[in-house]
Amino acid sequence: MDIHHMATNVLLRDPSIDWTNLDNHRKAGGFEAVKKAFSMDADEIINETKRSNLRGRGGAGFPTGVKWGFVPKQSEKPKYLAVNADEGEPGTFKDRYWLRKDPYPLIEGCIICAYALGINTTYIYIRGEFLEEIRIVEKCIEQCRRAGLLGKNILGSGFDMECWVHPGAGAYICGEETAMLSSLEGKAGQPKLKPPFPAVEGLFRCPTVVNNVETLVCIPLIIQNGGKWFADLGTDRNGGPKVFGVSGHVKRPGLYEFPLGVNLKDVIYKHCGGILNDRKLKAVIPGGSSCPVLTPDEIDIPADFDSFKVVGSMLGTAGVIVIAEPTPLIEVLLRIARFYAHESCGQCTPCREGTGWMVRILENIRKGLATKKEIGLLMDAATKIEGNTICALGDAAAWPVKSFLQKFPDEFSRYLVDAA
Amino acid sequence: MGIQFTPEIEAQFKSLLPRYPNKLAALIPTLYLAQEQFGYLRPEVMEYVAQRLDLPASQVLNTATFYTMLHKKPVGRYHIEVCTNVSCYLRGCDDVLEALQKKLSIECGETTADGLFTLDEVQCLAACGTAPVMCVNRIYRENLTPDEAVKIVDGLNKSTKP
Repeated sequence: MDIHHMATNVLLRDPSIDWTNLDNHRKAGGFEAVKKAFSMDADEIINETKRSNLRGRGGAGFPTGVKWGFVPKQSEKPKYLAVNADEGEPGTFKDRYWLRKDPYPLIEGCIICAYALGINTTYIYIRGEFLEEIRIVEKCIEQCRRAGLLGKNILGSGFDMECWVHPGAGAYICGEETAMLSSLEGKAGQPKLKPPFPAVEGLFRCPTVVNNVETLVCIPLIIQNGGKWFADLGTDRNGGPKVFGVSGHVKRPGLYEFPLGVNLKDVIYKHCGGILNDRKLKAVIPGGSSCPVLTPDEIDIPADFDSFKVVGSMLGTAGVIVIAEPTPLIEVLLRIARFYAHESCGQCTPCREGTGWMVRILENIRKGLATKKEIGLLMDAATKIEGNTICALGDAAAWPVKSFLQKFPDEFSRYLVDAA
Repeated sequence: MGIQFTPEIEAQFKSLLPRYPNKLAALIPTLYLAQEQFGYLRPEVMEYVAQRLDLPASQVLNTATFYTMLHKKPVGRYHIEVCTNVSCYLRGCDDVLEALQKKLSIECGETTADGLFTLDEVQCLAACGTAPVMCVNRIYRENLTPDEAVKIVDGLNKSTKP
């Protein structure tokens, strides 16, 4: 059971075709972008990627071409590409599509990136729960090896690249890039302070590029059609199409491909058919569970990295969670808070202790045991986690708490002992 | 009998090593292989893995205890994991979980007395568009209703020879 309602276009392809079949992929022009890349020099590929205004699809939205530019050209050590397929931010389910249904564009993106940056080894780090997806990607990699599309002298270019799948083992934190690299090295997935950034000192202490699955899927499109073509599909500084995963209380949940800048309200009401059972919209978490929540009045905005910032939230992974009346928002926030408490790696005190405190206070509020003072304490805990941890998990835990309390105070105060 | 990989697992283990510049990087995939053969990672199994990869046993323990999918305790033949995060909650996962608890007469985190079923709550499985979702031995079951979830468990029961 794997239902997708797709506005099929360039990222999400015709679901009636088996894209895990290499012949089908090549008949549709597969690996032409790789051939074209081999006729370009490295700087041209990086510049074309910069021109495309492609911003990382893993959530942070950092310009991909700029990130590639940080990797030293000359290096005595080997360089690595590590693909982040540790999809785990609640509300996010886009990368599973390529891993499961259409892995070849990802492999092409890896080859082009590796060629441009002088990398000969790629690891695709796939979350452990994706057992079927791991098998599918491994099978596709093997098909590529047999067809001379991976391994030595790819397509007669003289360029060598090996590609391996590495399984995660059930830790959300390994989606954080430095934690992912530690996990790839066989260690506990605990984030590291930056600098040094992975581009300089990453996997096995060598220069490493970490890119999200969807980011790399965009690369063959950019090489084939040009950076300008890709940039023109989106808005200013937000290039390209983007896959949105809509879940929760909409009539047609699923994956949708839109150009960046699509109106968020249209996504929910037009494309996803509106609210389930025609209930009233209560709240929208726009980009995965860490992104500050929006009220129904705030969703008439273009969906891109910069526009979401203006309303105090983030595009994140574009995992849109739609919440209708009469859902108790304390229950939603409690699940988010429990998630981050469970997934905190335990390294930084504010996150390890603070996330647990936030859960316990929320539980007390829901049980009707808390007073107004404890709402203040909850806010205080969130504020003291934010910005005080090695990685962004602390922030990700704090932002939902702060935004839910600020935008929906009645949803919490109604449980208080001293409620007015 | 000492602990030893079967010839099939041994072949898979040997194929892992050339992928990485050192043996430590092969640890997590090797622990999965060990888990596949021995069911869970009891101390002797971790010591065996340490010896095979020339690692201190403390390193193996450190890694194994960090990850939830590396089992330090026995799990049932069928490991059922129900997502209870936001998107699944909005689509009724609590009813699915309750139906399974009732069906199996166990709470989350427990294994049935016959050792067949372990039921766990799990964090987001990244299939939110087809919520509610559960995994049975890492195979996804999506768009669930409480009745369907119970039917899936019934099906497993039938396919299980005593």
